[in-house]
Amino acid sequence: MAGAPAFAQPSVVPVTVVGDAIPASLTGVPGDAARGRAIVTSRRSGLCLLCHAGPFPEERFQGTLGPDLRGVGARLSAAQLRLRVVDGRRLNPATTMPAYHRVDGLARVGNAWRGKPLLDAQAVEDVVALLATLTD
Amino acid sequence: MSRVAAGARVLALVAATVVLAASPACVQSDARRPGSATMSPQTRAMQRDDAQNPAMLWVADGEALWSRAAGPAGRACADCHGDARASMRGVAARHPAYDEASRRPVDLGQRIAACRQRHQQAGPLAPESHERLALEAYVALQSRGMAVAPPADPRLDAHRERGRALFHQRIGQLDLACAQCHDANAGKRLGGSTIPEAHPTGYPIYRLEWQSAGSLQRRLRGCMGGVRAEVPPYDAPDLVDLALHLASRAAGMIVDAPGVRP
Repeated sequence: MAGAPAFAQPSVVPVTVVGDAIPASLTGVPGDAARGRAIVTSRRSGLCLLCHAGPFPEERFQGTLGPDLRGVGARLSAAQLRLRVVDGRRLNPATTMPAYHRVDGLARVGNAWRGKPLLDAQAVEDVVALLATLTD
Repeated sequence: MSRVAAGARVLALVAATVVLAASPACVQSDARRPGSATMSPQTRAMQRDDAQNPAMLWVADGEALWSRAAGPAGRACADCHGDARASMRGVAARHPAYDEASRRPVDLGQRIAACRQRHQQAGPLAPESHERLALEAYVALQSRGMAVAPPADPRLDAHRERGRALFHQRIGQLDLACAQCHDANAGKRLGGSTIPEAHPTGYPIYRLEWQSAGSLQRRLRGCMGGVRAEVPPYDAPDLVDLALHLASRAAGMIVDAPGVRP
């Protein structure tokens, strides 16, 4: 097709689910917890605090729809966290939590967002790295 | 069906209704709450007191427009409908309703806009225009205190059902259905806001965040944009069908228009 790049980068990295987890990193590049923190607390990219509360005392207006993120790094392994961020619907199809790294099976996605996951692969790794530090 | 069988069915229905009325399930359905129930005391006070409610400015403009001639026909709403306090009583409570001319359900704002074009031959009243909201607020006020009463018009059934399906369809990049927040998680906090139960008893509302009055359509479009879904244009069938479903969820609740929301 004219104008389309010859070798478009897939926007979503294929994953291998093992049990209730994705053991392998999506990128092979270790996540950066500081960047993850910025994503989690952002009301534009991560949107996490709209639904979850967590140990982010500087953030007002934290949500109560999802579980509190305090101690999530003690309750779940990095591999388990990765699946829950990538696509929690594989564990619970009725979950309210959006799949952060998935573009198929969605309906009526707005033009600006179509074909794009909520978070790219490295951002998922950054968020997982941050969540893994929330052990208290 | 024979008359005897029909009679037996009616009796069974009456019996079932009596049982239901006495059961806790019915008590629960009466526990439906309007959006104002989850607001701060300050915002609630603002809604309750007409002298503080900013939406009353739209009502005042609507009242003036009601008697002002418009269009080449040189006719005002009042020339046909008389005193709105009598003629418009209950009208907002039964909208959206079926519109013979367009053969579709229309909400109150659309009805007013259509009336203006068909009978006054005046220019279109654009969605969210001050004039449309003002007239809608004035007409809605005439139903204050009445029960939401969606028409039992079979021509609306398919639309209502479509609205119900839309309410439960997960949409957008965030993959959320209306029902996931407004049924399953109503009362919880989304960021700083308490999620209401989606009973539109107070539209048009004055929303502090908008610093303006706005319609239910505007509210619905805001939610759709929020979940990063396609946002239908104003007056699109999706929005009216959704409004029909919401009205049936709120049937019997008390109209408290014009509302104030944070």
